[in-house]
Amino acid sequence: MKNQLFRIAVVLTGILYMNSLTAQEEDLLKLLGEEKPKKEIVKNAFKSPRVINGHSMEFLRPGTMDFRILHRFGQLDQGYENFFGLDQASMRMGFDFGILQNLMVGVGRSTYRKELDAYIKYAPFLQSTGKGSFPLTIALVSGMTMDGLPWADPTRKNFFTSKLAYYFQTIIGRKITEGLTLQVVPTLVHKNLVQLASESNNIYAVGVGGRLRLSRRISLTCDYFHVYNPLKEYDSEDPLSVGFDIETGGHVFQLHFSNSTGMNERAFLTETTGRWDKTEIRFGFNLSRVFQIKKKKTKEK
Amino acid sequence: MKKIILLLLAVSCLAAGSYGQKYFTKNGKINFDATSSGSPEKIEGVNRTVTCVVDAKTGNMQFAVLMKGFEFERALMEEHFNENYAESDKFPKAEFKGAIANNEKVNYGKDGTYSVTVKGKLTMHGETKDVEAEGKITIQGGKVSAVADFNVLLSDYKIAIPGLVADKVSKTAKISVACSLEPLKG
Repeated sequence: MKNQLFRIAVVLTGILYMNSLTAQEEDLLKLLGEEKPKKEIVKNAFKSPRVINGHSMEFLRPGTMDFRILHRFGQLDQGYENFFGLDQASMRMGFDFGILQNLMVGVGRSTYRKELDAYIKYAPFLQSTGKGSFPLTIALVSGMTMDGLPWADPTRKNFFTSKLAYYFQTIIGRKITEGLTLQVVPTLVHKNLVQLASESNNIYAVGVGGRLRLSRRISLTCDYFHVYNPLKEYDSEDPLSVGFDIETGGHVFQLHFSNSTGMNERAFLTETTGRWDKTEIRFGFNLSRVFQIKKKKTKEK
Repeated sequence: MKKIILLLLAVSCLAAGSYGQKYFTKNGKINFDATSSGSPEKIEGVNRTVTCVVDAKTGNMQFAVLMKGFEFERALMEEHFNENYAESDKFPKAEFKGAIANNEKVNYGKDGTYSVTVKGKLTMHGETKDVEAEGKITIQGGKVSAVADFNVLLSDYKIAIPGLVADKVSKTAKISVACSLEPLKG
């Protein structure tokens, strides 16, 4: 037993001597010990805070403003006479602001129904890696829309609240790999006024959104909502949009085909009438330009 | 017998302690500037969490830099840096392993400023290349501060600058290092 201890001690001494002789080769960084991986929030799950129509799990960076111009053209099946729909355009202009890492707000106005919309998006959980990480981003969106058209019948008693609709969403998403992101979005739209007395004011839908990165600057995106109780007055369809995100330095272009014209949640969830199987689809693009409003300090004075 | 073992252990401890003094920091600073001449925007970032260890005896030095630790004035620039250029998720760390070529000139025991040349290998974006930098080491009250400037050609590290942004982003990056090192105990 003692002999063994002795041997161990000799070997140990030998090793340490060898070590000091070969100090030339040693890894100096190892002397500081292994670093524990820090908690790090997963970014760039999507290129922009919108998949195509719907909100994505991505947030704007704090201190930035996203100026978004959205266009939806007419239906492709209109043929050459209307240049495959390009003769008609519907647009939405929007300003989105990143306030905190997990909080953003935005406003927009669409030409369709001259509608104003505004929302607030907050994530109690952000997907992260490292110590104390969380596997998913869970974000809550609450928004409101206001119809800007004149009253259909000004002679009757009209209520301002009739112009309003609300929507509430929970976005549950995960950037699964560097290239693939998926999210599920249970949604409730509440319209203060629906056309038929027999209809529900609450419209329920579940959205699925995804992104597949094709190259460093180009991704394939898909945005689909299944509406459980579509409004009969419009005989509405499930909105489906498929497109590409192209990033060029300061801009993100989202080019896509969609069967919906509406560019806010109320509009595309309750008033999408086009059918993909009848090529009642439209070309559209979103143009996003992010401006830095509040600059980060990188220099000491 | 026990005494012999103790003696051997004591000797081994001495052997371990005879490496010579080492200095380290975990919050060294690296500035990175890849602004093209005439660019309206400054393409520059700063990393304040640089790890560095210097062995005074051999002059060996090593740096480790977390790419995600670079901060830019504009959030979008930081995003592009990580996503499109450095590919920080794939290559999270840059490392430098080298030595002070004229270490014998530096007297770590005496206050003063010494000009040094550092040679070694820089690994970044999965590529390893030889680099050489001129720098200064200042000894004051047992503390060591080191500064150095050098340029890297981004294409050496397989970092491509697309033509679209060539008027803003330069093909070479100027790297400025500044570290205040403390004696490493143990």
